[in-house]
Amino acid sequence: MSTQAMAMRDYIDVVGSSTVYAFSTVVAERFGKSTPFRTPKIESTGSGGGLKLFCQGVGMKYPDVANSSRQIKASEIELCRRNGVNDVVEILIGFDGIVLAQSKVGQRISLTRRELFLALAKNVPNPDGSANTIANPYLNWRDINPSLPEVRIEVLGPPPTSGTRDAFSELVLDYGCHTFAWIADLQAQAKQAQQGGDVKRAGALTHKQRGLCRMLREDGGYIDAGENDNLVVQKLNANPDALGLLGFSFLDQNRDRIQSAEIDGFKPSFASIASGDYPISRPLYVYVKKAHIGMIPGIEAFISEFISDRAAGENGYLSRKGMIPLTKSERQAIAERVKALRPVTH
Amino acid sequence: MAKMTPNTVSARKHVDTMALVTRNLGKRKRAEWRFRAYGVAAILFGFACLLILFSDIIAKGHGAFFQTQVYVQVPLNAQRLQITDPSSTAQLAKANYDSVIEQGLIEDQMRINGAIGSTAADKRQLLNLISTGAVYTVEETLSDTPSLLNQTVGVWLVADDDVDNYVKSLGHSGEGISGRLSQQQQGWVDNWIAHEQVRQAFNTTFFTSGDSREPEQAGIRSALMGSLFMLLVTIGLSFPIGIAAAIYLEEYAPKNGLTDFIEVNINNLAAVPSIIFGLLGLAIFIGFFDMPRSIPLVGGLVLTLMTLPTIIISSRAAIKAVPPSIRDAAYGLGASKMQVVLHHVVPLAMPGMLTGAIIGFAQALGETAPLLMIGMVAFIVDVPDNLMDPSSALPVQIFLWADSPERAFVERTSAAIMVLLAFLITMNGLAVWLRHRLGRSHQ
Repeated sequence: MSTQAMAMRDYIDVVGSSTVYAFSTVVAERFGKSTPFRTPKIESTGSGGGLKLFCQGVGMKYPDVANSSRQIKASEIELCRRNGVNDVVEILIGFDGIVLAQSKVGQRISLTRRELFLALAKNVPNPDGSANTIANPYLNWRDINPSLPEVRIEVLGPPPTSGTRDAFSELVLDYGCHTFAWIADLQAQAKQAQQGGDVKRAGALTHKQRGLCRMLREDGGYIDAGENDNLVVQKLNANPDALGLLGFSFLDQNRDRIQSAEIDGFKPSFASIASGDYPISRPLYVYVKKAHIGMIPGIEAFISEFISDRAAGENGYLSRKGMIPLTKSERQAIAERVKALRPVTH
Repeated sequence: MAKMTPNTVSARKHVDTMALVTRNLGKRKRAEWRFRAYGVAAILFGFACLLILFSDIIAKGHGAFFQTQVYVQVPLNAQRLQITDPSSTAQLAKANYDSVIEQGLIEDQMRINGAIGSTAADKRQLLNLISTGAVYTVEETLSDTPSLLNQTVGVWLVADDDVDNYVKSLGHSGEGISGRLSQQQQGWVDNWIAHEQVRQAFNTTFFTSGDSREPEQAGIRSALMGSLFMLLVTIGLSFPIGIAAAIYLEEYAPKNGLTDFIEVNINNLAAVPSIIFGLLGLAIFIGFFDMPRSIPLVGGLVLTLMTLPTIIISSRAAIKAVPPSIRDAAYGLGASKMQVVLHHVVPLAMPGMLTGAIIGFAQALGETAPLLMIGMVAFIVDVPDNLMDPSSALPVQIFLWADSPERAFVERTSAAIMVLLAFLITMNGLAVWLRHRLGRSHQ
């Protein structure tokens, strides 16, 4: 029975990131309605879980497409290769912005990434300038910078398992942290040690740097608000002093209730995120198993719908759902690569 | 000092006891009253919580059963539609309905408003007020009556979810939640309302279609069918297996270490978190037996594993509760062991077994965690036809909608919860009815 069912799979099987899920489902739905093919099945498993499933092998029982809100890692390509999945085509479909939102009632706050790091880290560099840290003493935004409002630091954000949190750690906390020369120096030393072959020392230094930069405070300044962004919107609405980390599409849908804070002088918008001026955004990828093209009907048509102008273009339906589109020339370059089905190499 | 007769002693004692009783009576009555009051308070507390939950869900969700529609005169111009023969289904499938809807909307606003902006952005804003699913309404109109080609017909088109939110919030509080609508779009919608071109119609889509990322086109059909298929598998497998196991353990199994060991394990399994059963299902059914992911058959098998311990435990309790005199009487009349069990013990235990089983099924119906592992937390548009079609389940649908950014999914989430609750109430009602019926027929 089971082998028969396997041979019969006539729909595309997609797994992966819950962020990309929000966009690939829209494409899948349109694809199912406008073509003779069945609507693809899209599972929301998270980027890592999705790529792991994707790399299990070639054949009807393995997924055809993986969604990811980060680039595939070398270790994952290696896993794919071990299981006979040799050619994987990478498609960059657009960007997702991460916004720091607040209630519309409050006064709009403008922060730098360094200030955000100082507000949220568990330990902050000693204000006297020496190369050591102290437990985070800042309770009020004004304690960090006198021009900031006299409001308690309270940021609602995702749990450590979330991809949004990963991106935030990397793009905000690491960046803000490295504005302190002696911490940036740690990373440089780690790199040097790595090149010098001292893997142990490199590991220890990286570990120290991660601990300094990415450890969040646990005294109520940073509040783990769970995976559900709608809940964060409700909490922001109830507490005008709080800030919350959200996906851009949630800001877009709730503009009558919440507003975005400025980061490094930029407000998040389609234009500022696409140009890269707004600093917190992450790329959204779709990975396709080349061996499955021709085996499962409609994969090529699904991919060309995904990168078509009416989907991923500036006024495409994905941008209406809150995805930040690529520029026209970027899209053309990607379309060419997809046409040639050039696989990724790392 | 006169010696007291035994009589007077007992009388004195009697008086003392009576005095004691009278003295304590008020206290005891008060204690009795308090004891009952605690019980009533516990019930009232539970009831209040339930009431708050229900009223919150109904207040949020009732709106989803209605959807906003807009009356538009659509010119079914053959040239715009790019078709020649309206009776050909192939041509109808490819026709450009967006173009005629856009033209209808522009003419409509010209009529009631005088003018609209003429840029492409303005036109797009106008078209965005109508659901992308409206093209199917127009297609249906034309395929029902092909003679309408090249005529202008008035049709009720489903509005976009942003318009739906705006119109509904206007109705509730008088103050419209603009959400993503621009000032210009709000003006157009206000015009429609002023000209009575907007109505709230029963939302049949919610019950007839599968999931969608456009809230106004989203329905629970695929999730409901998925849940139903899984429940069928679970009932079909776990009920007979559970009852057979319970009968053997209670009536036949020798009382020894092995039986005790099995009993301890069954009790343990009943308390294992459901996600563990999902992992088990992933390893056995998908990993070892090579079944596909996301199908109701695997979901049903996993839920069977999960409900089995509950059913076995409650069935054993029900069998134990059958009085030994019944068994003895049957044996006395010469019945064999199987006859005793099948003709006397099981029918008497059936109401109790059913209650336990239905509680187990209701629990299975509300389960999401084990389904995550076997790939049923997925976006499924096509309604599943059989046990091998990919599907999701009602609680999964609720979870996915609760996480969606679109505002209009808030009310749909609550509406889906209402459907799930209705499903559960029906099942529990069935349990009460069956218990009543079976209990009576054997007395």
